[in-house]
Amino acid sequence: MAERFDAIVVGAGPAGSAAALALAREKFSVLLVERGRAVGAKNMFGGRVYAWPLFELLPEWEKDCPIERFVTKESLVFLSGEASLSIQFDRPRASTDRASSFTALRPRFDEWLAKKAEAAGAMLITGIKVDDLLMEGGRARGVVAGPDKIPADLVVIAEGAMGPLARKAGLLPDMKPESVAVGVKETVELPAATIQERFNIGEKEGAAVVYAGDASMGLRGGGFLYTNKASLSLGLVVSSEDLARKKVEVQAVMERFRLHPSVQRLIKGGKVSEYSAHLVPELGLGMKARYVGDGVLLAGDAAGFLINNGYTFRGVDLAIASGIAAARAAVDARARGDYSAAGLASYARHLRALNVLTDLETFRATGGYLKNERLFALYPKLLLGITEKVYTVDGSGKERISEIVLDEMKGKAPLLKMLKDLLDGARSM
Amino acid sequence: MTGIHHNPLEGKSHFRGVWVFLEGRKGALRDVSIQLIGEGRRIADRGGVPLTGVLPGHDVEALARHAIGYGLDRVIVVDHPLLEIYRSRPFTKVMATLITRHKPEIVLYGASKNGRDLGGRLHAVLETGLAADCVKFDIDEEGNLDMIRPSFGGKSLAHILCKQHRPQMASARRNVFLAPPHDPTRHGEVVRETVDLSEADLDAKLLEFKEFVREGGVRPDEAEVVVSGGYGLGDPKYFGMLQDLADLLGGAVAASRKAVDSGWIPKEFQVGQTGMTVRPKVYFAIGISGAVQHLAGMQESDKIVAINLDPKAAIFEIADYGIVGDLFQVVPEFIRQLKELKAGRGPLIAPLATIA
Amino acid sequence: MPAGGPFRILVCIKQVPKAQELQVDPKTQTLKRVGVPSEINPPDANALEFALRIKDRMPAEIIVLSMGPTSFDESLERSIGMGADRAVLLTDRILGGSDTVPTAHALSETIKKIGGYDLILCGEETTDASTGHVGPGIAGHLDIPQITYISEIDIVDGKVHARRTAEDGSEWWEAAMPCLVTVNFGCNKPRAPTLSGKIRVKRGGVIVHWSCADVGIDPNKVGLKNSPTIVAKVDTVHLPPRARKLFHGEPPEAVAGLLKALVEDGVIRP
Ligand SMILES: Cc1cc2nc3c(=O)[nH]c(=O)nc-3n(C[C@H](O)[C@H](O)[C@H](O)COP(=O)(O)OP(=O)(O)OC[C@H]3O[C@@H](n4cnc5c(N)ncnc54)[C@H](O)[C@@H]3O)c2cc1C
Ligand SMILES: Cc1cc2nc3c(=O)[nH]c(=O)nc-3n(C[C@H](O)[C@H](O)[C@H](O)COP(=O)(O)OP(=O)(O)OC[C@H]3O[C@@H](n4cnc5c(N)ncnc54)[C@H](O)[C@@H]3O)c2cc1C
Ligand SMILES: Nc1ncnc2c1ncn2[C@@H]1O[C@H](COP(=O)(O)O)[C@@H](O)[C@H]1O
Repeated sequence: MAERFDAIVVGAGPAGSAAALALAREKFSVLLVERGRAVGAKNMFGGRVYAWPLFELLPEWEKDCPIERFVTKESLVFLSGEASLSIQFDRPRASTDRASSFTALRPRFDEWLAKKAEAAGAMLITGIKVDDLLMEGGRARGVVAGPDKIPADLVVIAEGAMGPLARKAGLLPDMKPESVAVGVKETVELPAATIQERFNIGEKEGAAVVYAGDASMGLRGGGFLYTNKASLSLGLVVSSEDLARKKVEVQAVMERFRLHPSVQRLIKGGKVSEYSAHLVPELGLGMKARYVGDGVLLAGDAAGFLINNGYTFRGVDLAIASGIAAARAAVDARARGDYSAAGLASYARHLRALNVLTDLETFRATGGYLKNERLFALYPKLLLGITEKVYTVDGSGKERISEIVLDEMKGKAPLLKMLKDLLDGARSM
Repeated sequence: MTGIHHNPLEGKSHFRGVWVFLEGRKGALRDVSIQLIGEGRRIADRGGVPLTGVLPGHDVEALARHAIGYGLDRVIVVDHPLLEIYRSRPFTKVMATLITRHKPEIVLYGASKNGRDLGGRLHAVLETGLAADCVKFDIDEEGNLDMIRPSFGGKSLAHILCKQHRPQMASARRNVFLAPPHDPTRHGEVVRETVDLSEADLDAKLLEFKEFVREGGVRPDEAEVVVSGGYGLGDPKYFGMLQDLADLLGGAVAASRKAVDSGWIPKEFQVGQTGMTVRPKVYFAIGISGAVQHLAGMQESDKIVAINLDPKAAIFEIADYGIVGDLFQVVPEFIRQLKELKAGRGPLIAPLATIA
Repeated sequence: MPAGGPFRILVCIKQVPKAQELQVDPKTQTLKRVGVPSEINPPDANALEFALRIKDRMPAEIIVLSMGPTSFDESLERSIGMGADRAVLLTDRILGGSDTVPTAHALSETIKKIGGYDLILCGEETTDASTGHVGPGIAGHLDIPQITYISEIDIVDGKVHARRTAEDGSEWWEAAMPCLVTVNFGCNKPRAPTLSGKIRVKRGGVIVHWSCADVGIDPNKVGLKNSPTIVAKVDTVHLPPRARKLFHGEPPEAVAGLLKALVEDGVIRP
């Protein structure tokens, strides 16, 4: 019995499951293939999901979505030496709306979404790695997995960052060090009550903390900390180019980060239950992926749909949104009976309608912005130096703030350059 | 063939005596058969019943007489050209016929490949109980045979009873019971019996037999020191290194099943549940992970030394001494230091007699 | 070979707790079994692989057969994923507690009901019961030839050729079909399930569940009550505690430590 499907989705991460779900709803016969033995088992991420695309995909999502905590407290923390400076923003929420975000654990969240796709009629197969696209006359006509060739009109590649399939399909340029960052994360188990007390949050409330400065030993990148129900997700995303150039292991950076007093205070007494590392496509659209090919679409990280601008980290929401857009493009292609790149061209329009491309374009400059090392090494230090002086009363006479600022900056960076950096930064944010 | 227990309890008292299936090979008895005669004697004496050996074969009368010397009261011989070598169907037919004819209360088999092959087929045909791989026997208060066998690779011992069916059958592991001394003057009866056998019973044909050639040297199950290699060796040639170590210590080389299955070393060197049981003074487990089935064959060694790269390997849990490290560094270093120690003096391991 | 039908291979598999996970709690000396994941009894996986290899070479139908609770479906699904055509699970509460006699009886009755078989493959033994009696027991009930402990198998001129490993040598046997063989653990590398195999599982209809009534098995011949043997009790083996001493450092240092300890213990003469 020869198997064939209307659409095959590779990878049951957020992008793949969303695509499979949306496609199945549109009455496509869908095969969703995940190489992990269980969906989400090996996947990792920081831990925060911006909810908005779920309203599109699953209006009732909140009912059974494995939410750890709603983020009600945002902090930005600059680290330097032993000191830290934080900016905090509280927004208690009575109910969810499109601007809400929550923390989640990947294995459970991914499994939940994949089950939804299955419930909608997609066939979910785990424990199988798709080895290749089935290519015929230069276009994708299905997938190859082990001894099997399974044909389909459309293949949605949602294999995550730096996947080989997208590159094999000729849609992704070769990986360059500057186009990826390395993400590491550990899960620190703590009793829920301790978390609520330490972060000063309620039972369902959660905190999200972003770290800059010494978090990454001056390498480009930053740290994050999210509160789950009874654990913390603590991690870093750092430029792999810098790691290579400075010959530092990402583990060493992580070790240093977790030992910082301001981090230590929050994770103290916790048990590290999990440690993982993963690549992050760092350049967004700068990666120059073509996300439409003949018989194939890229979604999620595979297409580089990720925004990391220093204070927000958005991958999952864009992955889900791109999955939805992929299904919409497939509907158009089906109507035309044409799954070539031309037939699938409406993908860009649908991405734009969901603000995936628009947001990415807005942040297009971020890649360049993140290229500026001063922002991660020098300025946080400066900021902290200034702050420290402002708050230091030791009887040696108090300077005026402007004098302190000028004093601290002296010889560290030319004033004009600094102004330009800040303006660039502001523009890209 | 139908079962003979059909009205279980009613017929139970008709069953009497202890039988041992005697497995012959090349005109001799297998060691496990001899060991079983000793254990069978003990069980028969407790019940005050005769001990019978059953020897199907061809031209085995002399062997039957010889077998009596180990402590049998009589031997039933079924002599037939079709029984020249062990074959499942004719042997099952012979045993089933004899058991139905004579109704022994207990029948014991050696847990060799042939013993299990025979017992497994026979017990289904007779519809009676068969406990595999026993290491100990006892009689319970109701007079049933308490058949004690390792379960889960020797992690526990299960007491198996067969209360309502007769005969009670069990296979016994090799080398757990001591071989009784041979008394050539012992008197016993050799009974010749016939069982109808025809070419139709020859449903399988032996095309070829390739005997494993055992090289000289100490056998692992008789050695004081066993140097055992596993899959971690990565290549058969490194058994040479283990042999060097064994030679220095006057010991023998053995292996895990995975090393055997990889074709690195013959099957007869395999230690474990489906291989041999060893109890040396020192057992070196080198590149062996310590699967339950392996432990089953060596966990009673006096001292266990494990060398393994993986600190989490199960073997370390039952080791007296362990080195977490690369065997390719550790073993040569061990050999070097032993050579240094040995320089200019006698054996490194004291002969057994001198051990207190 | 039965007239007309395809070459039909039956593989008897049992689902067992994963062997590596079977560990004794060092404190309580009891077997840790809770939450232990299951697998196809390893030699049975080797048996299935042999069946698949035969099917790779010639047209054949592979039916996997198991007796046990419905949780065994996991292993049957895996078998289909690997390439078996279909599976039968004999599942019935009255089978609970069966020893090898009723198990061999029930499996052979099920085999008769499936019918048309040419070759039956079993594993040499299970990792949980480890008797190796069920395979020969089935052959006895069906009154067909058996070749146990095989490491190689071939079909030559409508006959089975198999290499059996005995204690003292390796034997090549030939038997007419239908015939039952039991397969050694580790004699081949079982293949991984494939995408198309897994799709077949998802499509459904490849695994059937039969009760004793479906097969026509006499309830008075199976289950705990009708098993000749009972496990009267289980003693945990209290192995002498081991020192579990590790010697650290570079090889010369670690080895020197080991040697010293062996000398102190009187194992190696000083
Ligand atoms: C350290 C770190 C922190 C992050 N923090 C956040 C955060 O807080 N919030 C946020 O929104 N985003 C965050 N992200 C980004 C986010 O994880 C990704 O953007 C998101 O997971 C992308 O989803 P995806 O479905 O495209 O890919 P993935 O989640 O990577 O899923 C791809 C799936 O495809 C499977 N697969 C791959 N190849 C094959 C194949 N050949 N055959 C079959 N299956 C295959 C994989 O097993 C995987 O399940 C973070 C990332 C990292 C590394
Ligand atoms: C029915 C049945 C019966 C069985 N009967 C037996 C039996 O009688 N006997 C038996 O042994 N097994 C038996 N087994 C098999 C058993 O389950 C294991 O598969 C087997 O014992 C594993 O062999 P191993 O330890 O050599 O290999 P592995 O489990 O592969 O272990 C190799 C070890 O070598 C270590 N290693 C690798 N490289 C190095 C290095 N350079 N330096 C140091 N260490 C290194 C690894 O860390 C690993 O721990 C049976 C299995 C079944 C199912
Ligand atoms: N419940 C069962 N269902 C199917 N096959 C079984 C079952 N029990 C045992 N077998 C088969 O019989 C072989 C020997 O099992 P055992 O006698 O339990 O060691 C196994 O390797 C299987 O092939």
